[in-house]
Amino acid sequence: MPLQLRGFRYPLNGSTLEPGQTQLRVENISLSFGGVGALAGVSLEVRQSEILAIIGPNGAGKTSLLNSISGLYRPQRGRIVFYNHGREYELTKLKPHQIAAAGVARSFQNIELFRHMTVLDNLMSGAHVHMRAGLFSSLLYWGPAQREQIEFRDFIEDIIDLLEIPAIRYKKVGALAYGLQKRVELGRALAMRPAILLLDEPMAGMNTEEKEDMARFILDVNEEHGVTIVLIEHDMGVVMDISDRVVVLNFGRKIAEGTPAEVSQNPAVIEAYLGH
Amino acid sequence: MAQEPQTLPQYLRFRARQAPDRVAMRERIYGIWSPITWRELYDYVKHFALGLHVLRLKPEDTVAIIGDNRPEWVIAELAAQSMGSKSVGIYQDSVVAEVQDIVTRSKASFIVAEDQEQVDKIIEMWPQIQGQVHKVIYYDPKGLRNYTEDYLMYFPEVLELGRKFEEENPGFYEAQVERGRADDLAILSTTSGTTARPKLAMLTHRNLLSMAKNLMAVDPLEPDDEYVSFLPLAWIGEQMMCVAAGLYVGFKINFPEAPETVQHDIREIGPQVMFSPPRIWENMVSQVQVKIEDTTRLKRWFYNWAMPIGYAMADTRFRKEEPSLGLRIKYFLARWTVFEPIKDQLGLRHLKRAYTGGAALGPDVFRFFHALGVNLKQIYGQTEISGIAVVHRDGDIKFQTVGLPIPETEIRIDEETGEILMRSPAVMVGYFGDEEATRKAIDEEGWLHSGDAGYLDEDGHLIVIDRAKDVMTLADGTKFSPQFIENKLKFSPYIKEAVVFGGQWPYVTAFINIDFANVGKWAENRLIPYTTYTDLAQKPQVYALIREYVVKANQDLPPAARIRRFLLLHKELDADDAELTRTRKVRRRLIAQRYQELIDALYGDQDTVDVETTITYQDGSTATIRTQLRIERLEEEAEPTAQSAA
Repeated sequence: MPLQLRGFRYPLNGSTLEPGQTQLRVENISLSFGGVGALAGVSLEVRQSEILAIIGPNGAGKTSLLNSISGLYRPQRGRIVFYNHGREYELTKLKPHQIAAAGVARSFQNIELFRHMTVLDNLMSGAHVHMRAGLFSSLLYWGPAQREQIEFRDFIEDIIDLLEIPAIRYKKVGALAYGLQKRVELGRALAMRPAILLLDEPMAGMNTEEKEDMARFILDVNEEHGVTIVLIEHDMGVVMDISDRVVVLNFGRKIAEGTPAEVSQNPAVIEAYLGH
Repeated sequence: MAQEPQTLPQYLRFRARQAPDRVAMRERIYGIWSPITWRELYDYVKHFALGLHVLRLKPEDTVAIIGDNRPEWVIAELAAQSMGSKSVGIYQDSVVAEVQDIVTRSKASFIVAEDQEQVDKIIEMWPQIQGQVHKVIYYDPKGLRNYTEDYLMYFPEVLELGRKFEEENPGFYEAQVERGRADDLAILSTTSGTTARPKLAMLTHRNLLSMAKNLMAVDPLEPDDEYVSFLPLAWIGEQMMCVAAGLYVGFKINFPEAPETVQHDIREIGPQVMFSPPRIWENMVSQVQVKIEDTTRLKRWFYNWAMPIGYAMADTRFRKEEPSLGLRIKYFLARWTVFEPIKDQLGLRHLKRAYTGGAALGPDVFRFFHALGVNLKQIYGQTEISGIAVVHRDGDIKFQTVGLPIPETEIRIDEETGEILMRSPAVMVGYFGDEEATRKAIDEEGWLHSGDAGYLDEDGHLIVIDRAKDVMTLADGTKFSPQFIENKLKFSPYIKEAVVFGGQWPYVTAFINIDFANVGKWAENRLIPYTTYTDLAQKPQVYALIREYVVKANQDLPPAARIRRFLLLHKELDADDAELTRTRKVRRRLIAQRYQELIDALYGDQDTVDVETTITYQDGSTATIRTQLRIERLEEEAEPTAQSAA
């Protein structure tokens, strides 16, 4: 009955919480490299099913914050707590792959895909964190391992449909236009079925049309599937249009937080951006 | 079945009884070809029809359908017809004003819209149509979850309504289908509208089915044959193949996954029959030419060796001569080394035959496909005669003609005007809501006035010159078709569109649209930097490139018809700016009006001309471009010959 199948068949949201509940709490973290401070006592909260934008001038500590959450950096002080599966994960004590398995997915400012693999294989690699079959049974490709592989393959088709990339399914990522690579990277993060999705400048270097497409995909993922999104973005128009809340960083400190309208009226923010 | 089916829904019932478990359609969805059997299709149509009935669809109503080619499109159409109603297809890339115009004029009470993109258009025009339209039914729910408009309904909800109704009223649907008569209206079909806004041709079941029967009498197809439906279902050509011939023969209809995957999907299916307008065939030629340019030297050598052999073979067959043994051996080698691989890449390997229609196809493109061994045939017809009236017979192909009339079809040339007149059971009833236009189109004896100028050759083949209004009389008195010159130009992979002017002017000139992708690639290979389309089109090197092709086209033209001046337009002609029809035909008069200054400049003394145009974006907003265009003259060579001709 193919007619019933149009639309989404698989949920993309990996969170076990209700919308509005606290998904992630950053408590007073500080991070420095040698003597150079990157983050100084930053606290914030991310709620289930919201889009939170982190903005700030260059060097404000935005990417450092995302890297601390995904486990690439380890803050010297403070802690980051992530709630999922009825548990509290202290992310500051976990390794990046454990953080990913807990339900945190991310994309990078500079695309980090497997360039010589196809779009499909890149997406499948994102689903890998959920595969239960061991090395031996996967090698035999029989029974549960085969069934699991087929189910994930089918799930990936939902993402291909969502991101409108069926025409490039079997293309090598390295040969694709930049805007499409960004899309594939988003797809790979979604293939992890995350509880929270961290996007580092998803629209950097795109033209207006590509930006609009990307904004639409981000909104679809959030509105249709309820996936929680934390994004860093420089294009203020995009931030104001799509985010529910905004956190502003400057010199490693949080200087403001609120709805896009509140933040854009905030004198401290205006000063940070105009640089007086 | 005792009685032959009279209507399309009756044909559907016939197929569902005869071969319930046979595949009727396939759609590539989530990367997999998912089949729908005749029984399933019948049930979907039944339930959707009953759902519409519950929602108060009346026989005098119309169901408007807008979207890409999907099973739901056809289901909605057949469901409307089952209830004694009719459908009207709207081109999916139409802007809001166009959609609204057709919804209003067709008096549609339901709109079946594919997805968010189409639903957004309807929501925008809702205040103007809300008194007339009951429900808007969508079938791709992506992005529509949070829409709260109470007139929106999801396709499966309507199916569910129908399923419930069926339980309480078994046999109701069958009785409705039984009541259908051959002379009931089946569809309103929009005409292409090269000269005015599209009209709505009323076509009955008899019209569509007689056309299918007569075409299949000439070119039979089997239920096992495959067909890929990828051109807009609002177009009569697609209605004719996918719906009318599809139900009449029962061949399998395949719907591609997305517009961008069409080429790949055609290749996977390997259809036995294709019908496409010239644009598709021209694109294929450009694609092959560009790929050959980029390939290894060895492959290029093979291609350059094989093509003349292919052309020689095609020309021999056109002349209906026996090819010599030498040619046959060479062609055999060329076929297996070059032609079959190219056809395989294009998905044309299993074709029994392919048609082109909707506009004239240049002879060069025609010869190209015959050289490859593709049995490409011209079709001539128009919306008003259910799409087709004349077709080439296998083995009797002349590329300057469109062939012979199909059975039950008469053709006559009006002695005074030279207009092509046609009469057949496929001629429409008239234009919906426009009796005056109907009277102009169909005379008392039932002849359809096509508006095309043409003549019959010694073998009875029809030759179409052009739209009667466009035919130009040259300085020396001969009649000439601007379209013929345009097609010559468009054979170049670097020329996407051309508009030729002559007739009332002293000599022939042209506007040319470069092919952005191909010229862009050409420029990159030669390290010519450029920014936008406008910038690229005005590069002197690009002018020189296009000039070569204009000179080449001129060689085959009578001196008085040669292009003396041309310019490269700063923007692509676009259907959203109403410069092309939705089937991508040039609206010559509108273009001449809009670019009056450019035409004046082509016939004046300047070397350059300043332009300022307003362009309309997808969302309806507008912007202005200001730039300067160069005028290229070819007078040195054309002048002496033109004088000698005069």
